[in-house]
Amino acid sequence: MHRPDARARIVLAVLAVLAAAAIVAFMTLGVRGNWGFVLGFRGTKVLGLILVAWSIALSTVLFQTVTGNRILTPSIMGFDALFILIRTGVTFFFGFGALALMSPKVQFGAEVLVMTGFAVFLFQWLFLRAQRSLHLMVLVGIVFGVLFRNLAGFMQRLMDPVQFQTLQDMFFASFSRIDPTLLGVSTVIVGAASLVTWRIAHSFDVLMLGREQAISLGVPYRRRVATILAIVAVLVSVATALVGPVTFFGLLVVSLAHVLCGSGRHRHVLPAAVLLGIICLVGGQTLLERVFAFDTALSIIIEFLGGLVFILLLVRGAAR
Amino acid sequence: MRLVLAIAVTALLAVISLFVGVTEITPADLLAGRIDDRQWQVLMAARVPRTLALILAGCATAVAGLVMQIIVRNRFVEPSTAGTVEAAGLGLLVVTLFAPGMPLMGKMLVAAAFALAGTALFLRILRMVPLRDVLMVPLIGIMLGGVIGAGTTFFAYRFDLLPSLGAWSMGDFSGILRGRYELLWIGGALTLAAYAAADRLTVAGMGKDFTTNLGLGYRPTMALALVIVALVSAVVLVSVGMIPFLGLIVPNIVSLIVGDNMRRAVPWVAVSGAGFVLACDIVGRTIRAPYEIPISTTLGVVGSVIFLFLLLRTRHHAPA
Repeated sequence: MHRPDARARIVLAVLAVLAAAAIVAFMTLGVRGNWGFVLGFRGTKVLGLILVAWSIALSTVLFQTVTGNRILTPSIMGFDALFILIRTGVTFFFGFGALALMSPKVQFGAEVLVMTGFAVFLFQWLFLRAQRSLHLMVLVGIVFGVLFRNLAGFMQRLMDPVQFQTLQDMFFASFSRIDPTLLGVSTVIVGAASLVTWRIAHSFDVLMLGREQAISLGVPYRRRVATILAIVAVLVSVATALVGPVTFFGLLVVSLAHVLCGSGRHRHVLPAAVLLGIICLVGGQTLLERVFAFDTALSIIIEFLGGLVFILLLVRGAAR
Repeated sequence: MRLVLAIAVTALLAVISLFVGVTEITPADLLAGRIDDRQWQVLMAARVPRTLALILAGCATAVAGLVMQIIVRNRFVEPSTAGTVEAAGLGLLVVTLFAPGMPLMGKMLVAAAFALAGTALFLRILRMVPLRDVLMVPLIGIMLGGVIGAGTTFFAYRFDLLPSLGAWSMGDFSGILRGRYELLWIGGALTLAAYAAADRLTVAGMGKDFTTNLGLGYRPTMALALVIVALVSAVVLVSVGMIPFLGLIVPNIVSLIVGDNMRRAVPWVAVSGAGFVLACDIVGRTIRAPYEIPISTTLGVVGSVIFLFLLLRTRHHAPA
């Protein structure tokens, strides 16, 4: 057991240095003029990106733990499309007037609550009811995602064309226009979710062994799974509200984390995935913004790479 | 006999489609000849072309899906779950970049060539992977489509072509006028070709050795099937945009009703495909008149619900 541990520690240390370097580069490259203003302005951006990386990495690892496989991720299963649908539905049924009266924070909180309840219900039904094959699950998830997206599109078409424009943006991921008003409340929500995660973290490795094993080792299985699904739903809501739907990002960083760490233990994989997420987002954004002067391209590049990884995983899994 | 009934229902839908719209035209007026010039203009330049386009696109798309399912021997493939449509989109993008002045026919042919290459790539991947699970096929196809789509999006973004890309990926019949849909007649011709070749395609679906033993040329038949699928995808994409799920759900429903004999199924699939598209378009036109809901959104909702039903109906257990 010692050798893999040592390797994972080294990997984590290297990743931590790289992540720190990425953050420093993002904050300081090409600064002209007032340092105080620039640091404040970029600081909020970095905080947003770190929050997103943290949320997506954590939620993906947890989701894979509950489902017991390495291909499923919340966004492949249509979680982020569900959040878009809920957000559209709230606007559709209560109208913009009602929303204007509510502060964005209250509205956001309400959306996260609805999303969590719905997601837990839906995925409990999918996972705990019957033993279904993995491919069926993935396909059902993808089709659910399409359904949610189209339902949201349908509702948006029924609204005023003006309202439609404001919601239209939600279908596209962008790492460069994070809404600063949501940062505070997002930080609080993600912090709370992470705290709950930390409290039950000791049972994650056991959960990976599968349902029967976990129960016989004394884990309150159903309750624990429901809790984890709720945490996942909260984290996905936050990430989707901040940057929009990103399908393969979680899969990319978690798969990389597994490869690099060489150990499946959560104490290694979790931090590695989070650090990799930060490197990808902050480093990628630095490269694209400062070096290539692109804007929304990062999400497209991540989708492309993640899709390739997904096909690889599928092909390897089938070939095994 | 039941087929006659289906044709009657579709014809009725086509008649309804002629009289739905902003300009008031009633069947009674038309029969009594009480129609002024402007109404006549609307009827001949917009309503009739649109109805014809709906019928042709519906027939062709549904039959192309059936052809694909026969040759891949999988219930869950169709051009939009095999990378074909995305590849055709990439072709359109390439034409728009390098030869924007090319006539529509040329654009269509380039898109068809790309669609052919994309479908061939998909079949090549399928041959490389030992398929133990029916659902692997659509999964790989959807992911391949996603990867090709991400590449297309990236270049469209770089060269400011995202609006036209959006127009292709959103199937919509609202822009159909006289002179803008005639290419779809090619789709109609291809539907007849598929009907004529139904038995050969069925045999080719049984595999290479089986086909050769019966004294049929395997390669020419496969090539014919691929050309039908690629051309139909390209024609429909150029004329109206992507029509999701139609080629998947119609053949599946038809097979539940009349069984799996392809020669018997082709007319059914063609008629139901046309009827389905007509119904969805009429709903999209009336629900929020004078605004329209594009066919891709309506079909996306209905189609994904039916797809989910088909997926969860099959009690299939495979090792996860």
